Amino acid sequence: MRFDASGRLPEAFLTPGGSSFMDFLAGHAPDLLPGRRDLGLGDLNGTLSRDVPHGTTIVAATFPGGVVMAGDRRATMGNIIAQRDIEKVFPADEYSCVAFAGTAGLGIEMVRLFQVELEHYEKLEGTTLSLDGKASRLTALIRGNLPMAMQGLAVVPLFAGYDPDIEGGRIFSYDPTGGRYEERAFHSVGSGSLFARGALKKLHRDDLSETEAVTVSIQALIDAADDDSATGGPDMLRRIFPVIGVVTADGYRRLPADEVGALVDTVMDARHQRPDGPAAPLT
Amino acid sequence: MSVPFYVSPEQLMRDRADFARKGIAKGRSAIALQYADGILFVAENRSPALHKVAEIYDRLAFAAVGRYNEFENLRIAGVRLADMRGYSYDRRDVTGRALANAYAQTLGAIFSSGGEKPLEVEILVAEVGVSTAEDTIYRLTYDGSIADVRGYAVMGGPAEQVAEYVGEHYSEGISLAGALRLAVDALGHDGTEIRQLEPDQIEVAILDRSRTQVRKFKRISDETLARILSESRPDTSPSEPAAHTEAAETVNGGNYESESTDDAPVAPPAEDDTPIAPPEDPDADRPL
Repeated sequence: MRFDASGRLPEAFLTPGGSSFMDFLAGHAPDLLPGRRDLGLGDLNGTLSRDVPHGTTIVAATFPGGVVMAGDRRATMGNIIAQRDIEKVFPADEYSCVAFAGTAGLGIEMVRLFQVELEHYEKLEGTTLSLDGKASRLTALIRGNLPMAMQGLAVVPLFAGYDPDIEGGRIFSYDPTGGRYEERAFHSVGSGSLFARGALKKLHRDDLSETEAVTVSIQALIDAADDDSATGGPDMLRRIFPVIGVVTADGYRRLPADEVGALVDTVMDARHQRPDGPAAPLT
Repeated sequence: MSVPFYVSPEQLMRDRADFARKGIAKGRSAIALQYADGILFVAENRSPALHKVAEIYDRLAFAAVGRYNEFENLRIAGVRLADMRGYSYDRRDVTGRALANAYAQTLGAIFSSGGEKPLEVEILVAEVGVSTAEDTIYRLTYDGSIADVRGYAVMGGPAEQVAEYVGEHYSEGISLAGALRLAVDALGHDGTEIRQLEPDQIEVAILDRSRTQVRKFKRISDETLARILSESRPDTSPSEPAAHTEAAETVNGGNYESESTDDAPVAPPAEDDTPIAPPEDPDADRPL
């Protein structure tokens, strides 16, 4: 960022332009954009990815009137647990939330920029973007990170929000090249996502209540932690529980830790009887 | 070769100041008022789309009068500056003082440079604090003068007359409904005849410190406004001339203000009632 010694607003600030903060940064201070830094290291074959913290598993599930997003709290660095209380689920704006799996440093920066991007548009235009519009902005952000992804520092976000047009929640998943896919009912990303998806498949129904959808997400995360060493399960000793965000017509709400704790306790009690979790009917 | 006429610097600045002030006085007034839980903005504005009051950041709002294209450009620059600072530092590091300074430098530089037309705008930058004592309102004029205002500020149109009315009736710690009633009445006391403004003729927004969200700015819809206003009776008594209040004064950067009052409160032009929204507006050139 260039500072003008006179204190006068720099010319770029007064130049008419679009409503995108990312585009403004690209023109005025490109070094502030995540993914624009040239590592100059060529293909690292993933060696770098072992030396920086990685976020692991995120799940999202819809229920009538909204959507739930939950993330475990572990960040890993190769075989080391880098952090046991990292947060990977964030509100993107009042009616949507975003979470990431992959390189934690880039992911957090990307989420911050995405939040500013949505707020900036809202302030300049006096209206909010449509949910599809927000999802498209996230595509642009991931695409900017493609060079880093090619060097082993990929970030894969998951985006969900409340769409007033259908009066319900919607989920969008992405790939590291910026591909955007709308998901039906539920989705998971990150290293434990395969196990989480299996659990979601068996437990998710279309008529879940909000609390039931939250419970399904917790079950899926516990199943992921059960089989994936990089995913952290609920830490019963330190009382560190998944971060869970719920988006409904009333906006984004992060569930308080004691509320999540109570649900986790119930789930864990049942797992003392049946460690693999609830059994689904055969037919 | 023609020799340009000599114009003294004083005369030049005076002319530029007169030009800007005439432009601003042609519009309609806007008021910012401190109330118990924050800062209230009320502006006479018949357009539902072109705003005179807007959000800049969590605790910061912007209000302006004058030429729409000019202050809209300043508003966008302010949002960019605030978002840029918030993104590169932290949300708490975006302050009204920094923004007001940047505006003052910009306005001052444009005013004193010969090449550019002075901006026909007057703006307010307001920051809501954790208590009334920590609220700050900065008032900036076309020449880059900046004043730290307490209580209330009025700008644009016949600002002195409106400020006089507010000064007579304002008290510290006023409720939101009370402040709103006062501001709407004050906007109606801007000429020889008292006007009764309807909710769709005014734009209202607040910086509400009691809001739980980080973003304290909130627009008040016409319906809510109509409900609040219907609960209080309008004041129809003509305002009496009172002593000039301190808050209505601005600090002038120099002696550019001419002594003459020929262009001070100008009666609103006859076509004042026409909507300002372009392109149907035959008088689209007129400042907001």
